[in-house]
Amino acid sequence: MATTEIISIEVNGRTVDAVPGEMLLKTLRRAGIHVPTLCFVEGLSPTGACRMCVVEIEGQRSLIPACAFPVSAGLKVHTHSERAVAARKTIVELLLADHPDDCLYCERNHHCQLQTLAEEFCIRRRRFVGAKNSYSRDYSGESIVRDPEKCIKCGKCVRVCDEIQGVACIDFISRGSKTTIGTAFDEGLNVSSCVNCGQCVNTCPVGALTGKSHIDRVVDALRDKNKVVILQHAPSVSVSLGEEFNLPIGIDTVGLLHAAGRAVGFNYVFDTSFGADLTIMEEATELVGRVKKVLVEKQNPKGILPLFTSCSPGWIKYVETFFPQNISNLSTCKSPMSMQAAITKTFFADQQGIDPKNIFSVAIMPCTAKKFEASRPEMGRSGYQDTDAVLTTREYAQLIRSFNLDFSSLQPEPADTPFGTRSTAGKIFGVTGGVMEAAIRSAYNFLKGGTLDNSFIVKDGDMKNLRVDAVRGLAGVKEAHIDIDVPGLGVVNVGVAVVNGLGNAKKLLDAINSGEKTDLHFIEVMTCPGGCVGGGGQPYGTDLEKIKERTKALYTIDDSESLRTSHSNPYVIRIYKEFLGEPCGHRSHELLHTDYHQREVLT
Amino acid sequence: MASPSPVEQSVKKIIAGHPNAGRDTLIPVLQEIQEEFGFLSREAVVAVGKELNLPVSKIYGVATFYNQFRFTPQGKNHIQICRGTACHVKGSLAVLEALKRELKIEAGETTKDGLFSLEVVACIGACGLAPVMNVGKNVHANLTTQVIPGILKQYEKQSK
Repeated sequence: MATTEIISIEVNGRTVDAVPGEMLLKTLRRAGIHVPTLCFVEGLSPTGACRMCVVEIEGQRSLIPACAFPVSAGLKVHTHSERAVAARKTIVELLLADHPDDCLYCERNHHCQLQTLAEEFCIRRRRFVGAKNSYSRDYSGESIVRDPEKCIKCGKCVRVCDEIQGVACIDFISRGSKTTIGTAFDEGLNVSSCVNCGQCVNTCPVGALTGKSHIDRVVDALRDKNKVVILQHAPSVSVSLGEEFNLPIGIDTVGLLHAAGRAVGFNYVFDTSFGADLTIMEEATELVGRVKKVLVEKQNPKGILPLFTSCSPGWIKYVETFFPQNISNLSTCKSPMSMQAAITKTFFADQQGIDPKNIFSVAIMPCTAKKFEASRPEMGRSGYQDTDAVLTTREYAQLIRSFNLDFSSLQPEPADTPFGTRSTAGKIFGVTGGVMEAAIRSAYNFLKGGTLDNSFIVKDGDMKNLRVDAVRGLAGVKEAHIDIDVPGLGVVNVGVAVVNGLGNAKKLLDAINSGEKTDLHFIEVMTCPGGCVGGGGQPYGTDLEKIKERTKALYTIDDSESLRTSHSNPYVIRIYKEFLGEPCGHRSHELLHTDYHQREVLT
Repeated sequence: MASPSPVEQSVKKIIAGHPNAGRDTLIPVLQEIQEEFGFLSREAVVAVGKELNLPVSKIYGVATFYNQFRFTPQGKNHIQICRGTACHVKGSLAVLEALKRELKIEAGETTKDGLFSLEVVACIGACGLAPVMNVGKNVHANLTTQVIPGILKQYEKQSK
């Protein structure tokens, strides 16, 4: 590797090391010099749009945005000159002049970068007063609400949607003071190509983009004496929820999560990781079936393999919208949330003698797209939906606070049976690669001839400690090839890939569809960078460091428990024996599988 | 797959006239489409996206950035109201407001009956006649808000 040349520049009279060509902001941050930003996103193309990071550079006539200025030797920079600081303050004042002053009622109160900057600059009077732009909110989508009046036009949402997710459903519309951000032809998000991932919500510095809150409908249900209100929580929520209550990042608060749920009035508290175990049973069985179709029955693999995972609702809508030709590659398995919700309103309702119509099923999810998934007409039967409300991690924290509970002083409690017992395979669903690893643990067993009644037949050395290191980590696309000795078939080399971020998925799909990539059997795609731990419903301020800590927390759980495969979960085995029959059997198909539809929207 | 519509065919033809058409040729392509159809229809914008492999939101974003592009067909009588410096000083803003009020449309739009469309232009080079507007090929000079209803009536009668 070539050594990187290091040069010296002068910042505020002090010598600072820099790499030639890197953006000045990066140099400043490395040197611990604070320059505020609003439109900067690490890793995305700089636009210099907000001008918050302007600095003075000797020899340059105008102020320079540090985020978009490449460093060269001999620069003399003044980051905190009177002129630079005054300019930044003026920018904040101008933004405030066209911003609603309703911070107390705003979803982003205390989580707003504009608010923080107004405080940092100690702005105590309205310097610029004029007519404010007036726009209506867009409530049309199931997952995301847009409030153009709060938008400061930093364009982060536009870049994240395009550069990370490859969706590009929004862009700047019009120009000057009339600029807004919107969809093609300025229509509702519901008829756009938006996949509801919520990465725009996470990146928005203000309250212009928020999740569509389901708190009110949950509170209504909790107060309704006729309703049995049931909570389920996704694998990644327990390792991020603590941040909402100022607990250290990456702490597993699962016991507190359960206790808080019961304290606000939920009748039952379940763990969606059980649903994830069910998903693995179904999906691994589906994979084995598809592999055998191609290898034994010699069917044309097109549309059968590679099999795509179907847990991530943003990804599902992405395929339906942008790659309808690949719909048949999607696993027909519902997501863990929807499987668990379906079982709750059938098996569990029967068992407890509750009319499913009186069950109000709430899912705590790291995800805004789950709200859309829950509303899909396929996700229910007999006139009711399986999931009645989806609360994001943020909304669940809001709900807990709104009941005046002191979260961290609660006593940890276990989840309710039968859906409280999970394997750690179900728990690692919350991170990119986790679904794949969990599926391999079971598919390996099934391919080798293991059945439900068998104990796990993989021996040490077959799969070391059940870990599949090749699918772990934050790389955009990971690949692994595993030799499995299948009885009657000989050694089969199973190729798997793991993708996070839809932009990465697009590249892989193009390679598969063009015939360039032919050695893959199974592909896991998670819509959000890092997987669900980086989901669009996670606490505001989610960044790479937090994603890493949450990921570590999930793998620590996997390392420290003994029930680590879905097919050895005794409650999973029981539910198949007592209710479902066999994986991918008749009843499974009725309750746990679904279908997909091409979406005719503007792309 | 359905065979391409007349609009899609025209868009294809226009783009074929630009070798290596892409993001960089988007504006000339849109200009030629507007020249042919008088406006940028939804169908045409979508077709451009498909042909150039660009998201429709990006094309709409670019097209709305420039005043020259319109998204509704021109009316029978296309009004260009001058908002150049001389006309501005002589009160063209009030005239524009009067036009919007009478026609019940914003600049860039067309009346529901298709009789009038309204466009704001920077300067039509008739500063001595300010404030001034074109209706089709006719020039109307020394405008006041009072004369606007009468002028519009006249065109309405002619067009019926």
